[in-house]
Amino acid sequence: MLMAGIVGYGAYIPIYRIKVEEIAKIWSEDAEAIKHGLGIIEKSVPGRDEDAATIAVEAARRAIKHSGINSGAIGAIYVGSESHPYAVKPTATVVKEAIQANDRMMAADLEFACKAGTAGIQMAMGLVDSGIIKYGMAAGSDTSQGRPGDALEYTASAGGAAFIIGKEKAETIADIIKTVSFTTDTPDFWRREGASFPTHSGRFTGEPGYFRHVTSATKMLLEDTGFKPSDFSYAVFHQPNGKFPRNVAKMLGFTEEQIAPGLMTPIIGNTYSGSSIIGLAATLDVAKPGDRILLTSFGSGAGSDSFAIEVTENIDAKRAKLVKVRDIADAHKKYIDYSTYLKNRNTIKKR
Amino acid sequence: MITMEKPSASLWRKIKPRYNLSGNICKNCSTAYFPPRIVCRKCGRNSKMESMTFSGNGEIISFTEIRVPPDTFRDEAPYTVGVVKLDEGPLVEGHILENGIKIDIGTKVKAAFRKMYVDGEEGPIYYHYKFEPV
Repeated sequence: MLMAGIVGYGAYIPIYRIKVEEIAKIWSEDAEAIKHGLGIIEKSVPGRDEDAATIAVEAARRAIKHSGINSGAIGAIYVGSESHPYAVKPTATVVKEAIQANDRMMAADLEFACKAGTAGIQMAMGLVDSGIIKYGMAAGSDTSQGRPGDALEYTASAGGAAFIIGKEKAETIADIIKTVSFTTDTPDFWRREGASFPTHSGRFTGEPGYFRHVTSATKMLLEDTGFKPSDFSYAVFHQPNGKFPRNVAKMLGFTEEQIAPGLMTPIIGNTYSGSSIIGLAATLDVAKPGDRILLTSFGSGAGSDSFAIEVTENIDAKRAKLVKVRDIADAHKKYIDYSTYLKNRNTIKKR
Repeated sequence: MITMEKPSASLWRKIKPRYNLSGNICKNCSTAYFPPRIVCRKCGRNSKMESMTFSGNGEIISFTEIRVPPDTFRDEAPYTVGVVKLDEGPLVEGHILENGIKIDIGTKVKAAFRKMYVDGEEGPIYYHYKFEPV
């Protein structure tokens, strides 16, 4: 059994929303069919002054507050994103400075499509479990891109979450019992250097991409731990849309009730590197001591990280300092039209 | 978009105050300053300056909506700037974010972390505090 666990977490979702109807109107598509097909009603949009770094910082500051630890004690920061503001210059250093962490610090940016956040959690776990650092922070944050007129435009959204990993028994709100990953070279979705929008292989992203990797990693985790789906109170699967996580849960023997608290995509869209970990945060928001949570992320390209997590009795005492994900998602929501959306996304070319 | 200042050195020197509202306080007379001052205005040579990071909480004491912005912010108008009195004392000028809360003199705010401006197509990104009504 591993020793590392979650000491604190925080999430951030921009206030702007665009409805499926507003996008469908522009492309003369059937909004009801899209809402039904994708299982989504609206998505978050970043403000013009927000990017993956500002989102990671806001989530990281909430995580620090929730954890109750001194940010100076954090020994590593990993920020996963597929929309890092700079091609060269780390997002992690911006986060480090904005949470006033110590200069004695390991830091790096990660990219693995939608699963760079969970990859960061695994890296922090390794450093914490080996005793190299006391606390590590892993954030997943994105202002993901969807090509205008493409199916992804309905889902690609903005948001992020940050988790602080530690191993002091008195501090962890949830222990990570086991993690395992399934990784293959699969060209289901990509964005080349310099390209403004990602390209995907249409239906190919489903079976050989999402479903194969999520089911393989989850089955390996269940086999390694000896747990059955019914041994978990909750499950969170990566949420590229509202439908895939429901389908994969059913395929693996999990119920709608188990995935309900963590299913955020229908109301915020796919936050990419933030997606599965915002789902985990929303699940931890309602979890009780002793609950087991299964988390399986997915990143195109492709891979899945699966985790078995057990909630500790410390979770209730730390709730006072917590800002819950569904409260964040509901607060100050502002609906924008398609032209404002294009302006916010910097899609309008002025020269 | 015009360049407001030479990037690297100035950007680097101002990172701590801009990211975290880090100022200082004179331990001799307990006056807090933002941005940080080398010498206390009141104590002069008797100044005892120490670094201090402000909570970011405060209230609006004046605000205005900018409709005719400088070139740097020409795509952002209309936007609101204001003077915020931090809980620790200093008056700070800053952008005030829209979040649906109607603002007025006395509205409580807290500091948020945002992009202030981007230097052209290839220059650095300037991150900064902005104030968010609570």
